[in-house]
Parts: sequence; C-alpha cells; structure tokens
Amino acid sequence: MRDPVRSPEGAGAPGAEHRRREPEGRDPHYNFAYLDEATKRMIRRAILKAIAIPGHQIPFGAREMPLPYGWGTGGIQVTASILGPSDVLKVIDQGADDTTNAVSIRRFFARTAGVATTTRTAEATVIQTRHRIPERPLREDQILVFQVPMPEPLFRLEPRLAETRRLHALADYSLAQVKLYEDIAQQGESASSYNHPVLVNGRYLMSPSPIPGFDNPKLDRNPALLLFGAGREKKIYAVPPYTPVKSLDFDDHPFAPMRAPHPCALCGSTTHYLDEIVTDDRGGRMFVCSDTDACAEAAGRAGAAR
Amino acid sequence: MSPLLEAEGLTLRFGALRALDGVSLALWPGEVVAVVGESGSGKSSLLRALSGLARPEAGRVLYRDAAGAACDVHALSEAERRRIARSDWGHVHQNPRDGLRMGVSAGANIGERLMAAGARHYGGIRAAAAEWMARVELDPARIDDLPRHFSGGMQQRLQIARCLVTRPRLVFMDEPTGGLDVSVQARLLDLIRALVEELGLAVLLVTHDIAAARLLAHRIVVMRQGRIVEEGLADRVLDDPQHPYTQLLVASVLAA
Repeated sequence: MRDPVRSPEGAGAPGAEHRRREPEGRDPHYNFAYLDEATKRMIRRAILKAIAIPGHQIPFGAREMPLPYGWGTGGIQVTASILGPSDVLKVIDQGADDTTNAVSIRRFFARTAGVATTTRTAEATVIQTRHRIPERPLREDQILVFQVPMPEPLFRLEPRLAETRRLHALADYSLAQVKLYEDIAQQGESASSYNHPVLVNGRYLMSPSPIPGFDNPKLDRNPALLLFGAGREKKIYAVPPYTPVKSLDFDDHPFAPMRAPHPCALCGSTTHYLDEIVTDDRGGRMFVCSDTDACAEAAGRAGAAR
Repeated sequence: MSPLLEAEGLTLRFGALRALDGVSLALWPGEVVAVVGESGSGKSSLLRALSGLARPEAGRVLYRDAAGAACDVHALSEAERRRIARSDWGHVHQNPRDGLRMGVSAGANIGERLMAAGARHYGGIRAAAAEWMARVELDPARIDDLPRHFSGGMQQRLQIARCLVTRPRLVFMDEPTGGLDVSVQARLLDLIRALVEELGLAVLLVTHDIAAARLLAHRIVVMRQGRIVEEGLADRVLDDPQHPYTQLLVASVLAA
C-alpha cells in the first residue's frame, strides 16, 4: 500500500523536480539498456510479429533479468529492446511513480541506458506500467509497455495450454462467455473487477494484464502503441494504435467499468480511478487517485484556481 | 430423399485388433438406428469414426447438411468439423460427466452451445435454458444449481437438453441409459422417444441394451468383431433374428 504522503522521488508538489538524468550518465560496463544487441533484435522481431497479429501471443526467448519473476521481467525486456538514447522513460506501479518497483526499474534504465526519466505522463515517450493505464490520454508518439503475469486469458477456464492454443486458432471463446454467464447468474454482474478479458480487432481474446475494468475502455482505439510482455510465460503481444478492443459482455448486460463513488481526498477528482487507503486501525480510510501524476496535476490546477 | 450420413467401407485397427472391418452404414433424416453388440464388437469405434472423432484407415463418411450439400467428414478441416459438430450434431455420452461441465451451473451448461453458436443475449440464453430444462422434465428453478448436485438420471437429462438446445439434425448417443437404475432408464427412454418424435431427429444409438433398442430404434444394426452381421427393421431383427449371433443376443435377454 502506497503512503498517501508522497515521497520526494514521486510526483510531489507541483513545480518540484520531476525530470532527472542520472548525474553520472550511462554505466559503461553494461550494453545499452542492459540486454545484448542480439537479444534485443530477437525481442523486436517478436514485437513486430505481435503488432502484425493484434492480440495474438508470440513466444520469445525471455532472458533472466536482475529482478524476480512477477516484478516485471517481461515488461522490462520489452522496454529494454525498444528504448533509444533520446527516449524519456516513465515507470508506474499501480499508477504510482514512487513505489519500490517503479523507482527501481526507472533507476535501472537510467543507469544502463542513460535515458532521461520522468514522472510526467505528458513528457514520456515510453511508459512501462504495472496494472494501470495513465489517466491522461496517450498520444501517437507514446508507447505503453505492460507487465503481464499470465498472458493466457483462458488460463483459469482451460488448464491445457495446447487446448487453449487450439481454441484461439478456432476463435472458439464460448468458454470465456460461459464464465461471464456464470458470474452474472451467481452474482448479478461480472465478477472480474480487474483482468476482464477483451476481444482484440474482433478476432483474438486477450488478457489486458491485471488492469482494473475501469481502464478497459482506454484500450479501445488508443492512439498509442500498447505492448504486453510476460517474462515468466515467455510471451509478447500487442495492440497497435487505433485497434478496436471490446470487453467481453452480453448484449443485455453491457460491460460496466467500476469506480469507487468518492472524490479523491488529495486533488478532489471525481473521474480518476481511486485507491482505498486504510489510515488507522479504527476503520479510518481515504480514497486517493491511483495515478499519482494525474493527481498532482489536478491538485496543481485546483491550487492555481484558488 | 438421400441419406443424412453415409459410411462406406470403414476400417479401423488397433494393432492386430480389427475394431472396424469394412463397415458401411446409411442413416436417413428422422431415422433412429440402434447399433447393438457385445462389448468390444466395435460399436463405439463406429460411433467415433462416424462423428469424426477417430480417423478410419480406410473408407469415408459423407454428411449431407441442411442445404443438401454433401461433405466428407474426415476431409474437413478441424474448424469446419467443429462447426458442424456444434450446429448440426449432438453427442450424448454414457457418462454425463463427459458431456457436461461439472464446474458451472445447469443453465450455463445448456447455454454454452448457444453461446458457441454466437448468442450474446443473457436473458435470451437464460430463457432458452429454462425452457429446455422444463422440456427434459427438470425443475427450471434449479437453473443455477451445479450438475454435481443432480442425480444420475437428472444429469443425463441435462446432457440431453444441452445437446438439443441448438436443434441439431443428428444426435449420436453412446449408451445413454447405461449406469441408471431401471425405473429411471424407462423414464429417460420415454423422454428420448418423445423428443425424437417431436423434433424429427436422426439418432445413431449405440447400446448393448436390446430393450432400449427395441423401444427407440426404427432399424437395428448388429455388430460383431468389427463387422455388421445383421441389419434390418427393429422388430424384424428382434423377432426373427437370422444370424446365429443375433439369435444368441436376443435369446440372452432376461425376461422380467
């Protein structure tokens, strides 16, 4: 759980230093962006293939990375292979720029690639994310890299991966629809508040990585290139810019993104996705924006208006 | 009228064992054909070969769809074969566990075939599921119960509802009454007979239960060691068996 009081490393107060370059620059002991050139080419080939077949999982030879599986080994490899010296990198973890995971990955690339890093969504050219899509609409010149723990959307429904591949090949997704039927029959609504499966370009069923359902509509016809990397499962997939992405639903039970019915306690936003933060052991809690950069921006706007 | 399903010279071997040895068979629309024989006579292999699940070494299976176009079942791509199996065919297994999804509710089991066929209206799917539960004499109020809380006979009826909801033209049944007690068997047979009549289904029924064959089938095919030894109208075969093996089979039925 993130501390509601933001650390100086994070977005902080408006006007604080939000963009930095490691003073010593790139560490010459590493190849640019850590991975060797042959590996980066292999990953880029997988990425190109993934872009050519939107939503289809492309296997690649994932390498051991200097962080544990589940912390973003897939995302970090995709980022490493698309990063150029002039890129500006932003890393978020559940929307926040100031958590251990985000800080470490940002520092890692500042050291091994010497690229500029930022916490501002608007300034970034490459954004690596864990489980969120930034609130600020993305642009055509931006790339969003997702860290994916389990790329197979049918994983919980069909345990045999050979069979799931066959189902993808035949576009037979009745199983996912059955799961949705069952959720609605048992609970009156879709039970997946995150990782709700989507149909990409009317063809492939795709796991959006565990982003909240709130972010699912942002996948649809997004101007930015969306890349998904799963390190442990050794899969890469992609949603090219402006690709139609539809959340799975029924005609009479349309997909409805969820948001806590509160304003943000810090910036007062009523449109951003909120985290619930427990503040004491007597039931005290506050709702704050999950996207720290959007929150700081909105708070800055509110402050300027006052 | 031309046959719905036509098999010619089907041969299938498991090592030295001949499961099917030049079997030819035709099934006309609206006809119920029972394949009888002892265990190991090749009944189930025939069913698997006809429905495209097992590829025979020789021979071919022709299926004529609603538009009257014939296709070779074993020459179809897997996608086409699955499409036909989903829209035109039904499969009732001996063990309902093989035909049902035990982890999801009765309604989802019936609705799965509709959703596979493209239905995306929750209310419509649910109404169809409730209607079919009523038609197979299950209480529609149990639509959200898991199949594992149903008795064996109820599971079998649920399986039949799941299979008939998309109005198939041809249903393969593999010992549908096996493993049920006698009174439940009788009710199930009654139900199948009524539904077959009402929907004009063609059924290929594999059974070793001569009584079930007599009750349901228009025509009976007797198999032994991978060959068809006798074939004819149900009453003719059972009342006036010609082949010694059929005579033995009919004579071995226990009278109550």
